[in-house]
Amino acid sequence: MRTILYIIQKEFIQVFRNKRMLPIIFFVPIVQLLILVNAATFEMKQINMAIVDLDLSSSSRQLTSKFQGSPFYRIINSSFSYKKALSLMQKGDVDVIMQIPSGFEKNLVKEKNSQVQLMVNAINGAAAGLINAYSTSIILDFNREILIEWLNPAEMGEIRRIVTETSYWYNPKLNYTTYMVPGILVLLVTIIGLLLSGMNIVREKEMGTIEQINVTPIRKIEFIAGKLIPFWIIALFELAFGLVLGKLLFNIPIEGSLWLIFLSASVYLFVILGFGLLISTMTNTQQQSMLISFFFMVIFILMSGLFTSIESMPLWAQRVDLVNPLAYFIKIMRMVLLKGSSFADISHLFYALVIYAVVIISLAIWRYRKVA
Amino acid sequence: MNNAVEVLNLTKTYGDVHALKEISFSVTKGELFGFIGPDGAGKTTLFRILATLILPDGGSALIEENDIVKDYRKIRQLIGYMPGRFSLYQDLSVEENLRFFATIFGTTIEENYDLVKEIYSQIEPFKTRKAGQLSGGMKQKLALSCALIHKPDVLLLDEPTTGVDAVSRQEFWEMLKRLKEQGITIVVSTPYMDEASLCDQVALIQDGAIMQISTPAKVIDSYPLGLYSVSTSDNYQLLLDLKQLPQVCSAFAYGQAAHLSYRKGEMTKEEVKLYLSKKGHQDVTITPIKPTIEDCFMELMQTSGQADK
Repeated sequence: MRTILYIIQKEFIQVFRNKRMLPIIFFVPIVQLLILVNAATFEMKQINMAIVDLDLSSSSRQLTSKFQGSPFYRIINSSFSYKKALSLMQKGDVDVIMQIPSGFEKNLVKEKNSQVQLMVNAINGAAAGLINAYSTSIILDFNREILIEWLNPAEMGEIRRIVTETSYWYNPKLNYTTYMVPGILVLLVTIIGLLLSGMNIVREKEMGTIEQINVTPIRKIEFIAGKLIPFWIIALFELAFGLVLGKLLFNIPIEGSLWLIFLSASVYLFVILGFGLLISTMTNTQQQSMLISFFFMVIFILMSGLFTSIESMPLWAQRVDLVNPLAYFIKIMRMVLLKGSSFADISHLFYALVIYAVVIISLAIWRYRKVA
Repeated sequence: MNNAVEVLNLTKTYGDVHALKEISFSVTKGELFGFIGPDGAGKTTLFRILATLILPDGGSALIEENDIVKDYRKIRQLIGYMPGRFSLYQDLSVEENLRFFATIFGTTIEENYDLVKEIYSQIEPFKTRKAGQLSGGMKQKLALSCALIHKPDVLLLDEPTTGVDAVSRQEFWEMLKRLKEQGITIVVSTPYMDEASLCDQVALIQDGAIMQISTPAKVIDSYPLGLYSVSTSDNYQLLLDLKQLPQVCSAFAYGQAAHLSYRKGEMTKEEVKLYLSKKGHQDVTITPIKPTIEDCFMELMQTSGQADK
C-alpha cells in the first residue's frame, strides 16, 4: 500500500513538473467548452436565400414576403436569372434557391394546383435537411393561407384541422448548449484520460526507466494501480472543473444527482484508463501510442451520439456501438443532467460500464509483462 | 555450493542471432567478476537474463541458489541492477530518485544510508538537482546508489563506465573495490580492456561465447606468444609492412605504437629492425613488452576466429 501511495506521489510530482502539462489540464477544458459548444451547433440561425421569381404576381410576392418575414432567412438575391442564382450557390453564398415559375398564380387559380422549385445546397447534409424542412413548412403555411382565402366560406363550412402543439421535454427551448455540454464534458475527460494514460507507461519504456522498475520486487498490480490512480484523479478533477464551467458559462441544468454523475464517471474512467494502458502495453513509443489512441478516439467520438443520434445509425453501427464506452457515458450524462434520472434509470448503462472496466483492465494487466 | 552466481549452458537466440551460446561460469561470493568483450558480444543479454528481465532459451542460472526463472521474485530482492543506459527518472531530483527506489524496495534511505553514504555523499550537495541535469559521472554515482539502496547481495553492473571520463572511471572502480570489501558480490561488464586487471576474475567474451575465464594475471601468463611494441614515423604503413612478415601472428595498433606478436623464439628484435629499415621506416623503436589483457583478447579472438573457419 505504501508503495502504491509512493508511486502515485511520484506520478504527481512528474505531472506537475512537466511545464506543458498544467496548461493542458486547465486550458484545454475551457477552450473545448467555449469553442465546441458554440460552434458545434445544428441550429440554423441564418439561411441565405436567392429567389428567382418569374411570375411576379401578387401570389408569388406573398410567398416571397413570407420568407422575408422569417427571422431565419435572409434574401440576398432576387433576379430573373436562374443561372445567376446557381452561380451564387456555386460560390457558396447561397444555401437555398427558390424558383417560382411564370404562370404560378394563373395555375393556382385555374388548375387549383401549382409548383415551386427549391434547390438546397447539400454540401452539409444535416444542414440541407433542416433548410428543406424549414422552407417546406413555410410554403405549407402559405398554402394554408391561400386555401382559407380562396375557398368559398359557405362551401367550406367549418374547417377541420388538426393542430399540433409541440413541447419539448427535458430541454423545453431546444437549447443546443444544454444538449451539447454534457457530451463535450465526456469528450474532455476521455481525451485527457486516454492520451495521458496511454502515453505514460510508454514514456517509461522510451526513457528506459521501466527497466529499472522491472527489476524491483514491485508487483504488477501495484505498479498499474500507481499509474492509473493519478490520472483517474486528474480526470475526475477535470470533470468537476468542466461542470463548474458549464454551469457558470452556459448555465446548464443539473437535474440529477452529482454523486451519480461522479460515480458513473469513476467507473467510466477506469474503462478509458484501462484502454490507454492496454494501448501502452502494446506499443513502444509515445508516437505509436498517440496514433493508436487517436484512431480509437475518432471512431468512438463520431459514433458516440455526441453529434448524431445513435438511434438513426444503421443497425450494424448500433451493434458496433455496444463496445463504445463513450456512447454509454454520454447517455448517462444527458439522462442524469438533463432529465434527472435516478440510478435505477441508468443502472443498465452503469453495469455495462462496470463489466467493460473489469474486462479491459484485466486485459491490460494480463498484457503488461514485467518479464519482457 | 558457495557460489553467488552459477550459470550453466545459458542460451539465448534472437531469430537467427545467437546472442549467447551455452555460456557457463560461476562467481564466488564476495568476488569482483568482470565480463570483458566488445560491443555485441552478448554482455547485455547475459545481464538482462540474470536480472530476470528476459527469459533464456536454454540452460539455467542461479543467483544465491535461486533460479532466475522460477524464483525471479526472490532474486529481485537480492540483486542490484544497473543497466548500461541511464534509466532513472530524469525529471525527478537526485533525492527523489533515491527515495523512490528505496520505497519500492520496501526500505528507506535512512535505513541503509551507511551502505551508500560514501557514494551518495559525493552527489548529496546536488540532491535537489534533476537527474537529467547531472554530469555523466554523477549520473553513474546516482545510479549506483539507487542500485545499492536495498542492500543487495549481488550487484549486476552492465557497462557502468561506458561514456564516462577517465577520472570518473577510476573513481568508480575505487568505489567497487570498497563495496567488495563490504562483502557484496559484483558482476560487471566493460568494453574497456584496461579495466579487466581490476577484477578478481575475468571472462573474455566474444560472439556470445566465453573464450577464457581466469584471473587477470593468469590470463596474461597464458599468453602463448612473444610481443614487441614497435613505433616508427608512419604507423599505418608500419602495420601493413609488419603483416607481411611470415613469423608475425598479429600486428595491431595500440595507442601510438603497434603491438606485434610472434611465435616465441622465431624472431628477434634485430630482424624486425632490419626488415623495417629496408622498407624505408625511420625512427624505429622496438621494445619487448609484457602482454596486456587486450593483447590476450586479440590473440584469443584470432585463434577462435580461425577455429570457426
